[in-house]
Amino acid sequence: MSSSQSRLAHHFFDMNQQKSAATLGMWLFLATEVLFFGGLFVAYTVYKLKFYEAFVAGSHELSITLGCLNTAVLISSSLTMALGVYGAQTGRKTFTCNALLATLALAGVFLVVKYFEWSAKFEHHLVPGPAFHFDFSHAAAVVANPELLRREHVEMFFVLYYIMTGLHGIHVVAGIGVIAWLYTQARKGAYSPAYYTPVELVGLYWHFVDIVWIFLFPLLYLLGRH
Amino acid sequence: MTTDPAEPKYPEHNYLNDGYSLKSWLLTKDHKRIAILYLLSITFFFALGGLFALLIRLELLTPQGDLMQSETYNKMFTMHGIVMIFFFLVPSIPAVFGNFLVPIMIGARDLAFPRLNLASWYVYMVGAAFAMYAIVSGGVDTGWTFYTPYSTGHANTHVISTAVGILIMGFSSIFTGLNFIVTIHRMRAPWMTWFRLPLFIWAHYATSLIMILGTPVLGITIALVGVERALGLGIFDPANGGDPLLFQHLFWFYSHPAVYIMILPAMGVISEVITCFARKVIFGYGFIATSSMLIAILGFFVWGHHMYVSSQSEYAGLIFSALSFLVAIPSAIKVFNWTATLYKGSITFEAPMLYVFGFIGVFTIGGLTGLFLAALGMDRHVHDTYFVVAHFHYVMVGGALMAYLAAMHFWWPKMTGKRYPEGLAMLGAVAVFVGFNMTFFPQFVLGYLGMPRHYHEYVPEFQFLHILSTAGASVLGVGYLIPALCFLWSLVYGRNAGPNPWEAKGLEWTIPSPPPTHNFEEIPVVTEEPYQYTSEGSSVRHV
Amino acid sequence: MSLDHILTPRAYLAVFFSLIVLTVITVYVAFIDFGVWSTPVALAIAIVKATLVLLYFMHLRYSDGLTWLVIGSSFIMLVVLVLITLADVLTRTMTSAPQTIGM
Repeated sequence: MSSSQSRLAHHFFDMNQQKSAATLGMWLFLATEVLFFGGLFVAYTVYKLKFYEAFVAGSHELSITLGCLNTAVLISSSLTMALGVYGAQTGRKTFTCNALLATLALAGVFLVVKYFEWSAKFEHHLVPGPAFHFDFSHAAAVVANPELLRREHVEMFFVLYYIMTGLHGIHVVAGIGVIAWLYTQARKGAYSPAYYTPVELVGLYWHFVDIVWIFLFPLLYLLGRH
Repeated sequence: MTTDPAEPKYPEHNYLNDGYSLKSWLLTKDHKRIAILYLLSITFFFALGGLFALLIRLELLTPQGDLMQSETYNKMFTMHGIVMIFFFLVPSIPAVFGNFLVPIMIGARDLAFPRLNLASWYVYMVGAAFAMYAIVSGGVDTGWTFYTPYSTGHANTHVISTAVGILIMGFSSIFTGLNFIVTIHRMRAPWMTWFRLPLFIWAHYATSLIMILGTPVLGITIALVGVERALGLGIFDPANGGDPLLFQHLFWFYSHPAVYIMILPAMGVISEVITCFARKVIFGYGFIATSSMLIAILGFFVWGHHMYVSSQSEYAGLIFSALSFLVAIPSAIKVFNWTATLYKGSITFEAPMLYVFGFIGVFTIGGLTGLFLAALGMDRHVHDTYFVVAHFHYVMVGGALMAYLAAMHFWWPKMTGKRYPEGLAMLGAVAVFVGFNMTFFPQFVLGYLGMPRHYHEYVPEFQFLHILSTAGASVLGVGYLIPALCFLWSLVYGRNAGPNPWEAKGLEWTIPSPPPTHNFEEIPVVTEEPYQYTSEGSSVRHV
Repeated sequence: MSLDHILTPRAYLAVFFSLIVLTVITVYVAFIDFGVWSTPVALAIAIVKATLVLLYFMHLRYSDGLTWLVIGSSFIMLVVLVLITLADVLTRTMTSAPQTIGM
């Protein structure tokens, strides 16, 4: 109990108030993240409505297999993160450390898959900008009137694809950094049933990162697949 | 005139002398010191923004564009807007007075996250550094609204560094808002229920809601502008299928609620000062508290009234117009309640109260002209004219800035333990009021007669009104110097203030001036409703 | 801390499997032609998944009303932003102004 008491900041009455404040603070931060990513979803919604066929053509260039794999990887990492919180809550130090390590590993897998996805796009010149090149023959099979497709509109799909998955990827990297720090603290025995707030709050952040991907996956990868 | 001629003692140990080193200030976690850090920063930016205003008004003295080229003039009004809005007005009252007073008013020792508070100041300074870099290396000329595709594809000025500066400053705002919300929810003193909170707290709570929900959208939008410009992507560029109106929707989704970020804290100040100098309990506490929340929420639904003539759909315009009329109601309710507070009060006219009277008159005009602009038909004629310029300066300068000055005078004795010279300060308030109206009232007429915004030259028929406006601006400039002089003078020669020079109600007046670092010796137990002044037979008041 | 609800690993695993199943459904449903309803259906499934993560992984189910209000208001504000922007984008070509010759 003394180790957790030493963590009590001078301006709080007790640990309960401190934890309650910290938790509310993290949820408020996540609320800002909803709107931060939200702006991109607004742009996506408007342009998908305006350029639906072009977006379908662009979406077909993405690999459903890899997208699905990454979705499963992130959902699994949310599971391991939640188990890490459970371990800290119940004082199981080794269990907690293993859960956090598993989360890190899965996050790493996500980034590796993303790397392969992006580099494949670069190879096919699907990079927005002067060098953008879209093979319209791909589109013939997936849209009703491929001759009406405009290069700029397909390019817009990829602009949003890179920005949305890129911003998400940055959040994954940040998450890896924080979870790694959490792991080193857990190894030192910093967390116990009396004090596990950082684990829980990092968990909240990580689950949010998962939720963003849950929305990105169908919207980017599964357009017009029928 | 105090009946007791003995000057109060200056507290020996207070937050100002609790460590003199630079490190003790730059690494402080004390919300009061952070408030002072912000005070210094925003005062600098106010002066800088004022400098741009001076140059604008000088150019507009004559119909010809003879002081500077149009490209330079574009930079002047752009940088005036950016500096004044993002680096002065948005932080002003919350970062200085909110930071200083919120913990004390609720009976806490500090904000919930003191290190986040310090971080918010550093983040502000980093953002400011980017903006200063842009300014000194040639400026930016897109207008403070960064409309695309000019800002993303055609402007030849330092758009990206300015955008980065504003993006970073947005995080400062978010940190502050987050801190306030958690503090107000979790750190109130025992028995300090929601409806015993000063209205200043309600105002800052409502402001923080906007900071949390609105600023991130500005962040992502300005980031997209930077990305588009840097990488040549066409998110908002029509040549690439992009929609410039999408930028405007995203931009104004924050920037309209942002004006409520600027005015809500000001309204909170008014409630505190008016009750003290009318010696009367506020009229309609519940109405004012509710109105603050309503303004914050409704303010999110009206952004399209900035886009009536942008080729936005007429039907969207209809929706926005109706909602804009709605959002005026809570503001009006507040003005009625403040006026009713004065009724049968025992009113005195110290400097803070003069600013309050100025605010009520001038903000009413500003708010009413907002309704003119909210009407589709009228806006079609005055959009992008000086009518709009006059409207927002009435609410921002006449409103928010006057309230900021009221707050400076009211709480200066608390923050520094010194009294400023009242007579000179009252003169300053009058000068500000006269100068302000002389500067901006002619601009309503100019706009109505058709003078467009953002032009450095104009038809000769408008010159008389412009001369009036510039003359007014000179008076206003002097008017701003007077309080600065008063405050600086007080630091050296001012009498000690004592804990409660105004005999005001509120927890901040129960502790020494300046307060000790830990605010309270013992956390108070609050059982009284706020503003329990009695106006009849009021005790002798200190002047 | 003693007031916190502790979910068992079994509960977390149940949520995990539900999420995986829902992901499979998302992909399966993508290959069915729902016409204009394709996106709403995909979004609906995503919302169910997100809700499961919020309620159980993030313990929202056992949190106080303020937490619900915080995260709820952020999503509501996002929906407002999307809907009103769409109200403009979708009706932009519908005008009551008289069509002039040559336009």
